[in-house]
Amino acid sequence: MSRTRRVGRPAVLTATLVSLSALVSGCGVLGIGGEEPGDIQVYSARHYDLEDAFVAFEEETGLTVDFIYGDDAELLERLKAEGAETPADLFVTVDAGALWNAADQGELVPVRSPVLEQALPEEYRDSQDRWFGLALRARTVAYNPENVDPADFDTKDTYAGLTDPQWKGRLCMRDSTEAYTQSLVASLIDLHGRDGAKEIVQGWLDNDVEIMSNDILLLEALDAGTCDVAIVNHYYFARELEEKPDMNVELFWASQEGDGTHVNISGAGLVKASDAPAKARRLLEWLAADGQEAFVGGNHEYPVNPVVAPDEVVAGFGEFKPMPLDAEAMGSLNAEATDLLAEVGYE
Amino acid sequence: MAGSGRPGWSLLVLVVAVVVASPVVAVVLDGLLGSDEIAMPRGLRSMVVTTLLLMLGVGVGTLVIGGGLAWLVTAYRFPLRNLLVWLLVLPLAMPAYILGFVFLSTFDASGPVQTFLRSVLGEGLWVPDVRSLPGAIVVMSLSLFPYVYLLARAALVEQSPTTYDAARTLGANRTRAFWRVVLPLARPSLAAGLALVMMETLTDFATVQYFGVKTVSVGVYLVWKGSFDFQSATQLAGLVLLFAVAVLAGERLMRGRARYTQRGGRGQGLQARHLTGWRGWGATTLCLLALAAGFFVPVARLLTWAVGEALADPAAFVDPRFGEYLANSLAVAAVAATGCVLLSLLMSHAVRIGGGRVVRSAAQLTTFGYAVPGAVVGIGVLLVFAWADRALEAAGVPGGTGLLVTGSVLGILYAYLVRFLAPAYQAVDASFAKIAPTMTLSAMSLGANPLRVLRRVHLPLVRPGVAVALVLVTIDAIKELPIVLLLRPFGFTTLSVWVYQLAGENFWQEAALPALVIVAAAVVPVFFLFRQVRATDRRAV
Repeated sequence: MSRTRRVGRPAVLTATLVSLSALVSGCGVLGIGGEEPGDIQVYSARHYDLEDAFVAFEEETGLTVDFIYGDDAELLERLKAEGAETPADLFVTVDAGALWNAADQGELVPVRSPVLEQALPEEYRDSQDRWFGLALRARTVAYNPENVDPADFDTKDTYAGLTDPQWKGRLCMRDSTEAYTQSLVASLIDLHGRDGAKEIVQGWLDNDVEIMSNDILLLEALDAGTCDVAIVNHYYFARELEEKPDMNVELFWASQEGDGTHVNISGAGLVKASDAPAKARRLLEWLAADGQEAFVGGNHEYPVNPVVAPDEVVAGFGEFKPMPLDAEAMGSLNAEATDLLAEVGYE
Repeated sequence: MAGSGRPGWSLLVLVVAVVVASPVVAVVLDGLLGSDEIAMPRGLRSMVVTTLLLMLGVGVGTLVIGGGLAWLVTAYRFPLRNLLVWLLVLPLAMPAYILGFVFLSTFDASGPVQTFLRSVLGEGLWVPDVRSLPGAIVVMSLSLFPYVYLLARAALVEQSPTTYDAARTLGANRTRAFWRVVLPLARPSLAAGLALVMMETLTDFATVQYFGVKTVSVGVYLVWKGSFDFQSATQLAGLVLLFAVAVLAGERLMRGRARYTQRGGRGQGLQARHLTGWRGWGATTLCLLALAAGFFVPVARLLTWAVGEALADPAAFVDPRFGEYLANSLAVAAVAATGCVLLSLLMSHAVRIGGGRVVRSAAQLTTFGYAVPGAVVGIGVLLVFAWADRALEAAGVPGGTGLLVTGSVLGILYAYLVRFLAPAYQAVDASFAKIAPTMTLSAMSLGANPLRVLRRVHLPLVRPGVAVALVLVTIDAIKELPIVLLLRPFGFTTLSVWVYQLAGENFWQEAALPALVIVAAAVVPVFFLFRQVRATDRRAV
């Protein structure tokens, strides 16, 4: 025993010292004391390290912006639990359904602003002014041009056209837990009714669609030729293209002779319990006008403000007709979309 | 010993149990009180079956790999064994959300392995679908086996020589002595390790999602995220808790009624035998295979990405805030580990010196948090603080707690305590289980007060368990993502949040470096453990 103690005691001592010093030096880290909070505090579901737009806003106005990112449903729950005490002023998401739900659950308050009304087309903002779409993302078809003739796509309803037997064994798509899949299916339910949407999803399954857990994996599979056709968000392709310009993948704008390509918005709303509503409103207005380029550019999204042009890579994809955005349908049909996917066995 | 008065110590256990259980209880109550309809997702039965199959597969997998390797390094000497004995803990350092992605991007149809196979063997080659339940079982077994390995090894090393020697003296050969004496004696530790693995499996969301495996936890998230309404998901979260109860009951069952305490000191349970020639190298290969699959291959893959990223853009490669994130991760992990281990020690000790049935159950109750998904614990903590806030305001304190939770890391630390008291308690308690009650009794009858018994008798005897507990909690806390993401104050970012933010937008090349740093940070406590392992090793040799 005495020998073991000789070996062990320094180790225990070191461990104690290490944890004590961590505790002491940790206090600063632990936010006890902490620094002065910013003028505007943002809960954001956009997972970007630094929003270039916020930095530009700070430089332009002298107002400081703090933000934390997280999952939209979880941030919404945090808002609800914090109630009147919440530090948040602005709630930013990447899904119209999430915005609609936050508003529906009473966490967002209307902002009446001529600037916002003028800058943003009506269909991309709430009819009661509780949220505003700021950036657009399209979910469309990408293909490997070596194996696919784009003339084979159904130009009226490209998503439904992929149920055609000619695509058997050639399709790759995202998994059912992904919000992108859910909101696409929700919009299909909105367009075709539940039975119609079910037929489409079942048709993809009958074509032995291979399901992947990541949009980049989808693009890599197309490039490698293990898949011929996939449904992806346009900006992932833009980003991959920037890194690998000779990628064997092309984009096809879905349903151009029909309802248009499925789009979703990144948008924001004013938090009910905000203690700096005037400043938050200023940020919101700035993002919709002067800040549009900074807001969408870093992520290759489309600006919602029609006056602003998209960035170069994205402009190269050409113009397209977006599917009309119905946030209420996306928000309220999301749960039904999950249910439909489970019913037909789309994992 | 039972029930006899140490009210102070018993009260401590009860208080800890209440504090730790309240976020989980808050979630359940919130669900029951708040929603009038029960929203069970479609295919609940298949989710339950999938969960059971996954738990069974991962359980068997970790038991075979972890238990087998622990036996191998304890009972034999072979080339590189002294190095491998601690390297085998490394897969713990690899967060499941990273391993899942790396594994799929390496082995799926467009990954390098299949591409290579196709180029050599031609098209039309049949390969099993990696994105499947078996795929998930393999990956989770590889990343979780160190739990079983660590606890099993601690048990084998702590085993007293007398029983094994007695078995050999009575004519049992090594194999028979192993199966009939050594293994049954290690059962409490194997059970404890397995319980941890089961609970990890139960709460995992990232890996199973990558592999398209729909467990009950995935169901919780689907309902929650699909409806943007947490309350509707809580009934399902209750189902996850039922599984956890089953796991803990199973653990008790596996430990059995028997109490495997031992006398006659520790160590030298097994005289290690030298394996020479191909047998020796065979053993080395087995260890290396497990290590390669669970650690080195994914690390190599991450390294390739990180190097590629560095070559592409050397200037942007090292983020200046990198040191701050690292310090944040380490500080929170160190405080959480110290807190969890301290409480576990006090609780195990309290149960030992005066634990009645109530105290014993209360101590067991504190381990439930581990079986609750991190995001759910996070919401629970928010609810508890919101209630405390309202209660304080009602009592006339203006401003209540003043947003103590999300304004500081207090909320994160509280949630960590709820989640990680289990691994700490399991490890410490498994060590306590091996101290003979007579040891405690004689110390006390000789007039030592409880604190002195803890310091002079119990602590030295359970040190292996304490070391394991510290390492487990530290690593778990460094890797933890959902809790930090949900509860962090403005301006507080950890390594795992950084990885999430990059990986969430599929910047995998850029996420590679921070992911490697998480792995490296988790290796530090493993190194501390290594010193402890070596110390016990030296004793045993």
